[in-house]
Amino acid sequence: MPDPSSPNAASFKRELTGVIPHLRAFARGLCGRADLADDLVQETLLKAWAAQERFEPGTSMRAWTFVILRNAYLTDMRRNRFRADYDETVAERILTAPPGQEGPIHLSDMHRALLTLPAERREALLLVGAGGFSYEEAAEICGCAVGTIKSRVGRARATLSGMIETGSLPRRSTSDAVAHVAIMQELDQVSQG
Amino acid sequence: MTDKKAKNLVSHSSAHAAKQVKPDWANGLRQLYDNVVAEPLPDAFADLLSKLDSKT
Repeated sequence: MPDPSSPNAASFKRELTGVIPHLRAFARGLCGRADLADDLVQETLLKAWAAQERFEPGTSMRAWTFVILRNAYLTDMRRNRFRADYDETVAERILTAPPGQEGPIHLSDMHRALLTLPAERREALLLVGAGGFSYEEAAEICGCAVGTIKSRVGRARATLSGMIETGSLPRRSTSDAVAHVAIMQELDQVSQG
Repeated sequence: MTDKKAKNLVSHSSAHAAKQVKPDWANGLRQLYDNVVAEPLPDAFADLLSKLDSKT
C-alpha cells in the first residue's frame, strides 16, 4: 500500500475526487437510474482505489476511471443487475419542439431513446457526444479500433436522428421494457467483443 | 491526444442524415451529461474516499 502522506497518494485522491461528477454522469447515461448509477460509481471508486498503483500520474484520471466503470457496468449487466428503468424524477426539461410532433421532446425522452441503443453504441455516443472525448480516447477506453468507435457513434446518431425525425422517440413510461430487451439482446455481442 | 478534426470526419453514410438534425439533440446529449456533472455531490462519495484513505 502506498504511503497516504506521499504526494502521489494525495494527488491520486484529489484527482479521483475530481472525476466523481463525471463518473456519475457517464454511469447515469449508461444505466439510466440515478441510484444504480451511483452504486456503480461507488464500485468504481473502490476498484480504482485498490488499483491506484497502476495509475500513471500525468495521464487522464477521467479516462482511466471510465475504463474501470465501463468494465464494472458490463459485468453487472451480465449478472442482470441493471434494468433499463428510467428515473422519472429527472427534470423534464424541454429540449426541442419540432413542428408536427405530438409534443416537445424532453431531455428524459432523449435519455430513454439513448437507453434503447445497443450498449456498445450507447457508450460510444456518450463518450464522444456527451463526455467530449476524442474518437481516439474513446477507442482506448473501450479497447477497440478508432474506426469501430466512429462507426458506432455514426450509427447511434443515425438511430436517434431517425427517432426524432419520425417522432418515434420512446415517451414516458412506455418503453422501459423495450429498452431493457434491446439492451440485453446486444449484451452478448458486447461481452464477446 | 485531441483530434478535433476527427470529429468532423464521420464517413459513415448514415451520418449525413444525422448531421441535419444534430443541432437539435446533440446539445441535449451534452446537457444530460453536464446536468449530472453540475449536481451537488452526495456525501456518500466523500465518506467512501475518507474511509478508504484512513485504511491505507
